Amino acid sequence: MIPELGNFSLMLALSLALAQGVLPIAGSFTGNRRWMDLARPLAAGIMLFVTFSFGVLVYSFVVNDFSVAYVEANSNSTLPLYYRVAGTWGGHEGSLLLWVQMLSLWMFAVALFSRQLSRETVARVLGVMGLIGVGLMAFMLFTSNPFDRLLPAAPDGHDLNPLLQDFGMIIHPPLLYMGYVGFSVAFSFALAALMGGQLDATWARWSRPWTLMAWVFLTLGIFVGSFWAYYELGWGGWWFWDAVENASFMPWLVGTALIHSLAVTEKRGSFKNWTVLLAIITFSLSLLGTFLVRSGVLTSVHAFATDPRRGLFILIFLAIVIGGALTLYAWRAPKVGLGGRFSLFSRESMLLVNNVLLLTTAGTVLLGTLYPLFLDALGLAKISVGPPYFEAVFVPLMLPVLFLMAPAMFMRWKHSSLTEIVKRLRWVALGSVLTGLLLSLALATSVMAAAGLTLAAWIMLATLSHVAQRLQHFPAGTPVLNRLRSVPRSYWGMVIAHLGLAVFVIGVTLVKGLESSSDVSMHLGDTTSIAGYEVRLTDLTEVKGPNYVAAQGTFVVSQATVSGVKVIAVLKPEKRVFTVQQMPMTDAAIDRGLFRDIYISLGDAISDDTWAVRVQCKPFVSWIWGGSILIALGGLLALLDRRYRLATQKSPQAVAQSVTVASVIVVE
Amino acid sequence: MKPRHKRLALILGGLAALGLAAVLVLSAFQKNLVFFFTPTQILAGEAPQNRSFRMGGMVVKNSLVRQADGVTMSFLVTDTVQTLRVNYHGMLPDLFKEGKGVVTQGKLDQNHLFVADEVLAKHDENYMPPDAAYALKKAGEAKQAAAAKATRISYTPQSAP
Repeated sequence: MIPELGNFSLMLALSLALAQGVLPIAGSFTGNRRWMDLARPLAAGIMLFVTFSFGVLVYSFVVNDFSVAYVEANSNSTLPLYYRVAGTWGGHEGSLLLWVQMLSLWMFAVALFSRQLSRETVARVLGVMGLIGVGLMAFMLFTSNPFDRLLPAAPDGHDLNPLLQDFGMIIHPPLLYMGYVGFSVAFSFALAALMGGQLDATWARWSRPWTLMAWVFLTLGIFVGSFWAYYELGWGGWWFWDAVENASFMPWLVGTALIHSLAVTEKRGSFKNWTVLLAIITFSLSLLGTFLVRSGVLTSVHAFATDPRRGLFILIFLAIVIGGALTLYAWRAPKVGLGGRFSLFSRESMLLVNNVLLLTTAGTVLLGTLYPLFLDALGLAKISVGPPYFEAVFVPLMLPVLFLMAPAMFMRWKHSSLTEIVKRLRWVALGSVLTGLLLSLALATSVMAAAGLTLAAWIMLATLSHVAQRLQHFPAGTPVLNRLRSVPRSYWGMVIAHLGLAVFVIGVTLVKGLESSSDVSMHLGDTTSIAGYEVRLTDLTEVKGPNYVAAQGTFVVSQATVSGVKVIAVLKPEKRVFTVQQMPMTDAAIDRGLFRDIYISLGDAISDDTWAVRVQCKPFVSWIWGGSILIALGGLLALLDRRYRLATQKSPQAVAQSVTVASVIVVE
Repeated sequence: MKPRHKRLALILGGLAALGLAAVLVLSAFQKNLVFFFTPTQILAGEAPQNRSFRMGGMVVKNSLVRQADGVTMSFLVTDTVQTLRVNYHGMLPDLFKEGKGVVTQGKLDQNHLFVADEVLAKHDENYMPPDAAYALKKAGEAKQAAAAKATRISYTPQSAP
């Protein structure tokens, strides 16, 4: 009975979303205030019903209701409670419900925090979000309903895929989906602007924090996914250029272009058209990513043939959303205009180059991801596009992006002179080349790695020198703390995110350039060495988990120092066999460090006391995680900037005052 | 600079970026596309010689042999019509099992030995990698066609050559 309530609640949400997608938008064109004013209460209604429906599905997992087909397929009574909850988004149907749940939350947030927007704009923004909701909910109800019953009920469930039984599963999908769906706000706002035919700095100022928020969630989501893959898949890779990863990386790339372009639109009124287009593309890629991962098309394009309704629905929905948005864009964009002019050598042009390169990169990733699917679907050939392709294309396109970050910071808006930039950056250039050279000589890296280190140093030194320059622009005698405090948070956000990128680049460069790995067969008591560490297998035991049994090895990692042999770590990797699905899984053990990770995984048992073992040393892997966190933190700081809050909370006078303060800071 | 020239410069810049991307993509495609072949196709000589490609099918039961060093493996992969020996140095993925589907990437040596540098198992709940399933299906169809042919021939009076 309870699952039916969830199903019913979802149907109600769908009908409310239909009303939401039609009435307020229609009202905004006919001037019907009552229709427009429906937008906010409808958003609240959709949020309530979807949340109830989602709650019901979680409840069905918690109480082990195996008469629900989806629960049976993704859970088991021996599964710990927190994984049963996470099992809610362990499969196709539940992920879609999670998606819609996120959409309804974003929609409700927009309804709450949009007091300063005109009635028409709110009606249109929420209307577009309602239409997106209609598409997703109809898809669920007609082709993949999570509440479908299994009669007679199964005695026990199929269990959640052991690879998903991890803390990562609890936070990774919600974070990622918050990001994906968050871009629907920017998308809806772009469409609303196109409908109204006007787009001004208020538009950019309002949609910037929302876009930043979505971007921060997506960044964290991708980071958690990568971090999880690193320790969970058991073999130490952190990015595989797998279609599933690319699906989340493409919206991130274009989303990154979007937040930079929005900054220009807000500050200078330029790039209007372009920003709108990026908003449309970012969300389109999010939508494509959702379906790519969740439709089963990656497992086999022929999965579509077994249930053609799903594939057909997805294709039609994508065509309507993307095609419709682009048509509206082609029709109305000339009216919006490009905005302010700028010279070829200016901060605007630098950001434009950054935008074009990011978009191009996303395009090459899209091509590499979809091309094999197309060939397979058309029956032409079976091919795969692996990491070598992506690395060969991605790296050369990213090098100019990294290089231009430094001059872009020092450029003035509108017009800048080359001599000034050269003067400002010559010491930075010298410093970064020296740092790169010395570091790569000290670490004995390749030429490519030296280039990576130089670029990272270039970005870091330029950013720091920009900060120093900025802090000088105060009347003499201003205390440092006051100087620090009067610089807006969005500036600190930019600084932290750019430093984070430099840290990330260092991590990637050194992991790629210096990692070492060896596969050996180890007998109890054997010793092997890697990157100057001695690894000794001292014990082999059997351990029992809640729903698995495992063989566990004990490895003592030690290092010879001047004062004798020092034990660094004791690592206990496991080989688990999950009892329900009889599926083996490698559980690696990692000794994490600031400058290197030691990573041990058990392969197969060769005999009772001999195992195949992979021992790896991964230098600077933590810098990849640290860099990613800094990047997300930068976005968070930028979105907490005072100017976004003052505008919503303070009186008009205070706003005027803060605007003057802000303009003084900008002018300095 | 006149606005017209500026626009031209911007457009040229954009085209240059796109051109660069196109060149990169094409050369990367040419070098790094990995094609898939079934054991039947490989033994028919369709697979390239000095280039890495993917091969898939079913691991023959009881065919896994471990060499003395413990981490070099050899096993047979079949699409039910043809069988190929694979050599691999490294860790086999968790989902690797005799009698189950597998996809490997590597090169073919002169003696029709497939030297794999990667053994793949998708990290999802499907044990059968789609490419391996494809190889079996294709071999199955070929077998059926051959069987049909064989039947037809047996009913046709044959003249001595």
